[in-house]
Amino acid sequence: MTVRRIAEILEAKVSTGEDQLDLEVNAACGADLMSDVMAFVKEKVVLLTGLVNPQAIRTADLMDIRVVVFVRGKAPTDDIVDMARENGMVLLSTKYSMFLACGRLYESGLRGGGIRDIA
Amino acid sequence: MKLRFEVGGEDFSLAGRASSELKRALSRLGVGPELIRRASIAMYEGEINMAIHAGGGDIEAEIGEGRVVMVLRDEGPGIPDIGLAMTEGWSTAPDRYRELGFGAGMGLPNMKRNCDEFEIESAVGKGTTVRMVINI
Repeated sequence: MTVRRIAEILEAKVSTGEDQLDLEVNAACGADLMSDVMAFVKEKVVLLTGLVNPQAIRTADLMDIRVVVFVRGKAPTDDIVDMARENGMVLLSTKYSMFLACGRLYESGLRGGGIRDIA
Repeated sequence: MKLRFEVGGEDFSLAGRASSELKRALSRLGVGPELIRRASIAMYEGEINMAIHAGGGDIEAEIGEGRVVMVLRDEGPGIPDIGLAMTEGWSTAPDRYRELGFGAGMGLPNMKRNCDEFEIESAVGKGTTVRMVINI
């Protein structure tokens, strides 16, 4: 699924990375705790989070995650947008809650295949 | 190549600097993305642990023949029960850190999972030293 399609489904605002909307992603991960992202994500995914701080961007960068969606209507501050831009990421913001945002993407065919098995 | 870093206590703005620089250094050396990701995660979790629990500390990373060795030293309160601290989901981080996205109780297990060798020594009241090796 392209980032452009994700932005449409989530009726999202693009804060940075407009030039990368044709990027393809195969899976998504929704989490507010960054250690969980680091524990479970294996592949390049789109990260949906309610955590709007530099640590979310830092974690995404370390994990080679190129697309971050802020849920629950949260908008990134300028320093976060700058940080994401420097790292070549796409930032989206959606008014949908985590549950609804994940649900809409799942319903449209995106899956959670990028995470390791959970015992 | 040797890299040295200081991690400040509770200073989250600097936590992540060591892992970012390590990532860049490994990338320049042409190390594969999966190994870089493992090293970055292990280092970042270590930095965050030092900031949250130990009031900061020192990190030394050495990239040598076929391996990266990372040693993280702090003079924090130490870990009374390492077995418990290594349990996924078990956390002593204050709630305020969860608002920052940490304190999931996954830090040490994440570090161990991403390394080929993992050693931890801790003395209550004296501090903790973690040594991690990733074969590259």
